[in-house]
Amino acid sequence: MAQHRPFPLFSRILHWIMAAAILAMLFIGIGMVSSVSVYHTLLSIHRPLGILILVLAAIRLVNRLFNPPPPLPDGMPGWQRATAEGSHVLLYALMFAVPLVGWAMLSAASYPIVLYGSLQLPPIAPHNATLFAILRETHTVLALLLFVTFLAHLAAALTHALIFRDDVFPSMAFGIAREAGAAGSGPQARAGAAAASAEH
Amino acid sequence: MPQDSPESQRYRLASLTDKRALSKLGIIGLVVLIIVMCFAYAGGWLWADRLSQAKVIDGFELANGGVHSGFRRNHAKGVCVTGSFESNGAGARLSRATVLSPGSFAVAGRISLAGGHPGAADEPTDVRAMGLRILPPTGEEWRTAMIDLPVFVVRDPESFYEQLLATKLDPATGKPDPAKVAAFSNAHPEFAAAMKVVKSNPFSSGFANANYNSLIAFRFVNAAGVVTPVRWSMVATDPFAPEAADQAKGPDKNYLFDDLIARLARGPVQWHLVVTIAKPGDATDDATIRWPADREHVDVGTLTLDRAETEAPGNCRDINFDPLALPAGIESSDDPLLSLRSAGYSESFTRREGEKKTPSAVQVPVTGKGP
Repeated sequence: MAQHRPFPLFSRILHWIMAAAILAMLFIGIGMVSSVSVYHTLLSIHRPLGILILVLAAIRLVNRLFNPPPPLPDGMPGWQRATAEGSHVLLYALMFAVPLVGWAMLSAASYPIVLYGSLQLPPIAPHNATLFAILRETHTVLALLLFVTFLAHLAAALTHALIFRDDVFPSMAFGIAREAGAAGSGPQARAGAAAASAEH
Repeated sequence: MPQDSPESQRYRLASLTDKRALSKLGIIGLVVLIIVMCFAYAGGWLWADRLSQAKVIDGFELANGGVHSGFRRNHAKGVCVTGSFESNGAGARLSRATVLSPGSFAVAGRISLAGGHPGAADEPTDVRAMGLRILPPTGEEWRTAMIDLPVFVVRDPESFYEQLLATKLDPATGKPDPAKVAAFSNAHPEFAAAMKVVKSNPFSSGFANANYNSLIAFRFVNAAGVVTPVRWSMVATDPFAPEAADQAKGPDKNYLFDDLIARLARGPVQWHLVVTIAKPGDATDDATIRWPADREHVDVGTLTLDRAETEAPGNCRDINFDPLALPAGIESSDDPLLSLRSAGYSESFTRREGEKKTPSAVQVPVTGKGP
């Protein structure tokens, strides 16, 4: 095992804040469009939270340049690496695309884009019925794709944590799990025992 | 690193099928399933009885006898209007909204009749409506949609939906089924009481001399953060005249709209925006109840409409007059109808904007002043 380097602290903080925000956002979104009585309350949270996610995604992308993520474990086969890389590219793309499409969609409907109180965003698309219809549909499709990608990401993370028992999950976690991973004792030792082979 | 090294062995798919891994895969699958089920619950897929946006608008489509492509599911027949709102500043002590500070602001609106048939003939007892966007140059737009009834006839989303289906026109008679209406009315005394008030107030002879009411309460918040529950009305300056018995008998199916277009051609039409201030104890969550007549009224400005325009791409046709598109200083009240309207309008807007458009029955002549 070549590396036990975790993600930098700032990257981990960003990751978990965004994880909570995006998961909340997906639930707010799906609940909002089907509900009647809590529609307005949820919509009032949906717009500023969406813009917050967009801003955090931009910060995260910049942060990634200065704080590159640790490499994937050596033993991972090519197809798993490709899937991991591909799904991360997709997650990043959707973290930008879903809020941007939402913003453009409100612009195309000529809605006032109120974030909070007097804080408003300018339109980023022309007022156009057909454009609105396309963007409205796109917003839903991309949000559902983000939900599916999130589920795959979660399942993969748990597979690394529970079955592969490598450094992937500890590298993004806080506290004991990471310390154990960084020390090279916990997960490796257990995985090593399971594989009935010497690690070091 | 060679493929059979210890490091790569743990990533083999075969390692997923040993007994210990299978139970862990089961746990992972369960976690994913629980999240998916929660998501489905939030989306209303596990809860068929819930009154959803789609169900409300499906109800309108049913009541309308089908989908009229490209039109609003309610207030389908209408015409665009433009003008200005001159705020006198008297509202500034109640609300910090820019639209209520002294000044003149552009207005884009829509005059319409309640009902989902875009080609229906105008009728004396059609509910007249006014949707407005008041547009300060700084943004902070205010949208409001008002009707000329003195009270609303239902007070919550569920009874709104029941009433929609109970008063659906029977295709055979062209009228609602009296038995269904009676059953609904008996189950909802507030509806019966509100209908009595509605029937005791005559309809105006046209759009220009009708008063348009918010009916639902809102909250004004001033610069000091003081909240005042209010309702508002656009009170016509054209003298009120009741709808004459023979007005609808002429050949013009659009006589109410054509009268408005002709009236605008003669000159601007004005209304006073009058804010009614609630006293403690006045219902802010029940639009079927009128506030006592002695409540303080504040005239906060004058609306002037000077031009009518046929519905067309990019004008009022493609605007959702969402009553909860509010500037800072005007807020939703606890009336549950507000979120229902906002949600229903949004669903109607989403459906119609993607549909093929048909020209409006109301056509404004392109020559001459104004219209």
